[in-house]
Amino acid sequence: MKKLLIALCLTVPALTSYADIVIHKEKSLYRNIIVNQKADKRCLVFSVKREMRNQTCIDTKNPNRIVFAYVQMTFSGLMANPDPKRALMIGVGGGTISNVLLDVFPELEIDLVEVDQAVVNVAREYFDFVENDRTKMHVVDGRVFTRRAVAQDKQYDLIILDAFTGEYIPEHMMTLEFMQDIAALLTENGVVISNTFEGSALYDYESATYQAAFGDLLNLKMPHTGNRVIVATASPLPSNQRLAENAHMLQPKFDKYEIVLRNYIARFDRTPDWNPDTRPLTDQYSPANLLRSRKR
Amino acid sequence: MPSKELLSNTTVFTLAFTSGFIIMSIELLGGRILAPYFGSSIYVWGSVITVFMVALSVGYLTGGQLSLHQPRLAKYGFFFLAAAITAVPTILFGEAMMDWVFLRIEDPRYGSLVAASMLFFIPTVILGMIAPYSVRLLVRETHYSGKVAGGLYFVSTLGSALGTLLTSFYLVLLFEINEILITMASVLILCFFIALISDRTLTPDDHK
Repeated sequence: MKKLLIALCLTVPALTSYADIVIHKEKSLYRNIIVNQKADKRCLVFSVKREMRNQTCIDTKNPNRIVFAYVQMTFSGLMANPDPKRALMIGVGGGTISNVLLDVFPELEIDLVEVDQAVVNVAREYFDFVENDRTKMHVVDGRVFTRRAVAQDKQYDLIILDAFTGEYIPEHMMTLEFMQDIAALLTENGVVISNTFEGSALYDYESATYQAAFGDLLNLKMPHTGNRVIVATASPLPSNQRLAENAHMLQPKFDKYEIVLRNYIARFDRTPDWNPDTRPLTDQYSPANLLRSRKR
Repeated sequence: MPSKELLSNTTVFTLAFTSGFIIMSIELLGGRILAPYFGSSIYVWGSVITVFMVALSVGYLTGGQLSLHQPRLAKYGFFFLAAAITAVPTILFGEAMMDWVFLRIEDPRYGSLVAASMLFFIPTVILGMIAPYSVRLLVRETHYSGKVAGGLYFVSTLGSALGTLLTSFYLVLLFEINEILITMASVLILCFFIALISDRTLTPDDHK
């Protein structure tokens, strides 16, 4: 009996700790936001009936562990410009990416743009989102911010586009005109890293749009996940040798995050694998969400 | 029903249906036209819908007033022509106007409201005049005025529903925004000619 009781005491907490516990839930202007916790894994979820899609997860016991492959993939783009001074991040989510950037580059200043105030609040409260005198939060539409930034001649060494949830794409932020504004905001060594998806008819259109704005691209796909990272630069793309040199220089800073940058070099695809006849998306023609629901 | 009356009624219903279609098609495209400047948040839709509602209400009032003075199909046709002509600056200079507003108004709520007014107010006022004028052309006895108005709302609102559906489901996938707008303007001009021809067929004596 005593043994049984002990066994019960041991198993009950173990069982409960593997269940998802919703610790916060709210409806914002743009979406339903849920924060849930499963053991040490805490996730920001933008929910829809059909599918729950995690936006960001952190490990509450070990905050340096990067839970998502796509977040790790994002940092691979830093090999194209290993010493950014000013960054722009569109789409903040839980703030994981910006937290790492602030830590890795002690002098980096970041303009953070997020359209949804509720997401900012949740990032602050539940995801250890770091804000200090090197960050500036702008709660505004990404396209509105970049248009104003171009008019003010702002320049960035690093621009990260992370505004797509996988459920809905803000269509005005996947057009050639938007990409041209992004290109105009980049310094000579500037790099843009875009977190996006593959696996629908949109793939060809999106690729054609980036190519029309930036020329050659580094295309990084992660098998089975549907995640895709596009890296583009203001100047011609660096060679693999240059990427390797930069990876060597940056690697010590990423050791604690268990990210091995040079592993991504061979996985960057430099050859277009999309239909070359696809028209780029423009402000006049941008049915991104309709295209996303079509098979390739 | 005498054949003249049938021709007149068919023309009015067809044209009212078309104007209903075009109003909602342009309204939906309005949100898309503004998005690259002011985003696609709820307040941008708020601006677009507000401007359309205010413009339509002004149009209803004015159209009703105009229907008092010797209403006839030829005059009715000119609403369609005027709507097409006033939509031209939106197509040609829309971006320049939005640039102008964007640089002067920082808050995207008021920016989108002003821009939507500049782009859509006048053509929508004119399209709004069509409904009450249609009622006047259709009503022959006051006893039937409610029935006639109901039938007219039925037809023009179904047109609006179809315009909304086709634009958001298919047209944006097949065409550029300006291609759709130019087509709409062309259809409005076609409506003008249809009204004119019907008018001449119905009242040949006036033109001798």
